[in-house]
Amino acid sequence: MKTIKFLAMFLAIGALAAFKADVPAAGYKVGDIAADFSLKNVDGKKVSLKDIKNAKGYIVVFTCNHCPYAQAYEDRVVALDKKYKALGYPVVAINPNNPEKQKEDSFAKMQERAKEKKFAFPYLLDDGQKVYPLYGATKTPHVYVLEKTAKGNVVKYIGAIDDNYEDATLVKQKYVEAAVDALLKGKEVSVKETKAIGCSIKA
Amino acid sequence: MLKRLDIVAVALILGLAIGCKKEAATNIEVTEPLAESPTDTTVPAPPRPIKVYTNDTVTVNAYEFDNGLDYYLNQKNDTTYVVNFWATWCVPCVQELPHFEKINAKYKENKVKVILVSLDMAKMIDTKLLPFINQKQIKSQVLLLRDPDADSWIPKVDSTWSGAIPATVIYNKDMRKFYERSFTYDELEKEISNFK
Repeated sequence: MKTIKFLAMFLAIGALAAFKADVPAAGYKVGDIAADFSLKNVDGKKVSLKDIKNAKGYIVVFTCNHCPYAQAYEDRVVALDKKYKALGYPVVAINPNNPEKQKEDSFAKMQERAKEKKFAFPYLLDDGQKVYPLYGATKTPHVYVLEKTAKGNVVKYIGAIDDNYEDATLVKQKYVEAAVDALLKGKEVSVKETKAIGCSIKA
Repeated sequence: MLKRLDIVAVALILGLAIGCKKEAATNIEVTEPLAESPTDTTVPAPPRPIKVYTNDTVTVNAYEFDNGLDYYLNQKNDTTYVVNFWATWCVPCVQELPHFEKINAKYKENKVKVILVSLDMAKMIDTKLLPFINQKQIKSQVLLLRDPDADSWIPKVDSTWSGAIPATVIYNKDMRKFYERSFTYDELEKEISNFK
């Protein structure tokens, strides 16, 4: 009897594991309301989306120090913030990695990097790795464009910054810019979701 | 026979690559079709690389996705293919590489073949990828996917892939499964055993 119970448990676990593997990761889809958060910025202060003044929306970028893809996009993230903060769409960068698993992504190293690259936007640590699973981010870099509405912050775009991680000069489609430009004109975002290679998040 | 053809093909491509060194990689044109067994017309010939990277000891063919890497994801024969997407800078990828190498060696006679698809960036190939293959004595086939417009090909590998690596496809002519995760050796061997 014991063996049967044990077997049943084993089977149930197996079934669960199989189930888990077949269902796409949870997280936001375009049209969902994204949760706000309160995370520690490189300046030591907590930052929430609602605290950012004059925002019409946000460009939330899950990124980090160590990942070569994230590094390849650093200057482009800085440029996005420079262009769109004044228009009401500031960049909010979040490092989702657990610094215990990835030493280069420690808070101290984040501070160094932000200084080096002169980040003019918040660079937040997802301490305890609680925010990225809500959003459904799986890798760095991974972008969510949110529009601030009376209902809350609506997800309008999920995915890559553009279509060439290797060479910014060869980019044909600037997905994030196109999405924000459309929102600023009160239009529908045409490309709502893209996929890109990135470093898996180290939780 | 096949081996010899391969060598001839590689030599031809190498010769061409060296000949065209000053030109863009995409300008390499192979006018003669690669040798194909005349009796076996159902099997398509392997695609031509867009570029061949080589140093003294290691040679890696680079492909775009369409008319390139897609061939290696869709071979229909009696072999089970284990296609792993990785990069030298990806720590969890490098950690699991020995497991793939072990599978490739252990099941060589059992029609299991590992293909390691590197996503290293162009500037890292000579400085990181080739020395890495040499240093670690990688025996599995290594291909380079050079196709920066990832949104165009990620969904063709698998509709559920978010783009994070490591990622692995295991397939044979009857079955295909995709994994956006890391493997231990035992987990990988167990998955492959389901393809028998």
